[in-house]
Amino acid sequence: MRFELFPEYFPQLLAGVPMTLQLAALSLFLGFFLAVLLAVLRTSGIAPLVGFVKVYVYVFRGTPLLVQIFLIYYGTGQFDLIKQSFLWPVLREAYWCAIIAMTLNTGAYTSEIIRGGIESVAWGQVEAAKACGMNAWLRFRRVVFPQAIRQALPGYGNEIILMVKATSLASTITLLEVTGIARKIISQTYAPVELFVMAGAIYLTIVFTITRIVDLIEKRLSPERAAARGAKATAERDLASVH
Amino acid sequence: MVAAPSEPVVASGDGAMLSVVDLHKRFGSLEVLKGVSLTARQGDVISMIGASGSGKSTFLRCINLLEIPDAGEVRVDGELIRMVPSRTGGLRPADTRQVDRIRSRLGMVFQSFNLWTHMTVLENVIEAPVHVLGVPKREAIERAEALLDKVGIVEKRNEYPAHLSGGQQQRCAIARALAMEPQVMLFDEPTSALDPELVGEVLRVMRQLAEEGRTMIIVTHEMRFAREVSSEIVFLHQGRIEEQGPPAQVFGAPRSERCRQFLATSAHEVVG
Repeated sequence: MRFELFPEYFPQLLAGVPMTLQLAALSLFLGFFLAVLLAVLRTSGIAPLVGFVKVYVYVFRGTPLLVQIFLIYYGTGQFDLIKQSFLWPVLREAYWCAIIAMTLNTGAYTSEIIRGGIESVAWGQVEAAKACGMNAWLRFRRVVFPQAIRQALPGYGNEIILMVKATSLASTITLLEVTGIARKIISQTYAPVELFVMAGAIYLTIVFTITRIVDLIEKRLSPERAAARGAKATAERDLASVH
Repeated sequence: MVAAPSEPVVASGDGAMLSVVDLHKRFGSLEVLKGVSLTARQGDVISMIGASGSGKSTFLRCINLLEIPDAGEVRVDGELIRMVPSRTGGLRPADTRQVDRIRSRLGMVFQSFNLWTHMTVLENVIEAPVHVLGVPKREAIERAEALLDKVGIVEKRNEYPAHLSGGQQQRCAIARALAMEPQVMLFDEPTSALDPELVGEVLRVMRQLAEEGRTMIIVTHEMRFAREVSSEIVFLHQGRIEEQGPPAQVFGAPRSERCRQFLATSAHEVVG
């Protein structure tokens, strides 16, 4: 291990962090809206829409993200129709190809996470909302969705972490995020171990931070669960003191 | 917000607050309601009794269209809920906005409370007034606190439902329904999910509502309560009304043999 490389190249790798975070944040942000839409369609009970979402999720979960990135980056340039369309200024940029691929991919996974959340909401609560005269949109917005999100958050935290790490695949289409920079430096220094150790440490730090943030959001969003947990703990203490 | 009725309200002419005519409902091959009619005038307290599976809960749930009846008419304060034939041969609501509007005028209390678990007691009570009726939040909170005080849980207003006993949850659910200032209150076995020692506190609140002259339809197994507070008792058997009348008549001198039998098996509650 050539430790003398660390001070020289670590700052260079750090310069890739903004790109890594940008790729992750933007595709997660866009993917989340896509996922909510897909989850709503998936739980709509309308057969053609349900079928569409099932196929969509099947395709995007069933193929590697790397393949999806390649298909969008190399594939779209094959069609003159696309090259002449208004989409080309976007699709010729590796950056946007990576964003699109990751958005579509996380949209598929996240829609399943949110669907689980939606289906976990007790039917009686939806009936109570109906009985109060709340229309379908209001029921979704005020009763179903807030609870679905609370239910989905632990699983979604996982998805956020996966996406942060998945940004490293963008290096394969020339983007200089942390992994991309590491690979570039390796080709000059022939020191793969040192550079990947540094890159790994950077990802670990990012993921650690995200985990803490998700934990905080979870607590903030679900005071009723924290309260219930508190009550349970108190009850257990009471029981323990009896024995 | 309360939308203005989209078309002229057709008064039924008899001044009924709620009128149900010839309601039919089947689940698959099982015909649960075989033509049930009921009229409630302002201030009526009608208790529906009968064995499990007699169709009384289904009937109640058809009134606010939580179940869609296969045939029959429901009018609330003279306004007919418009239905059109569905593809499956039954009915479906012609206008979901009308259904939402009518539901907002019917308060429903469920057997399993069905409070929104992610909201505090107060938030549960102000939710529909604020978002359905468009009541300003400050005003909704004031009214909600008065209602919570009335049902005796105002000190719990910032607790989540998970922290409340069953009886407190049900009283919160009653306050939530009352907050809409409904014309009719529907109670679907409101004490059946409660531990025996918690039943009394819920019945006390309901008795108070009855004494205030609220129009109430109550599906219940609490015979003594039904006898004491009701203006009318309806005994349902296998999807039909077998016996109907003032409590003294239905409990004291039932004409139907089945009603007599049913009351005999629940006699310990009436006498007890």
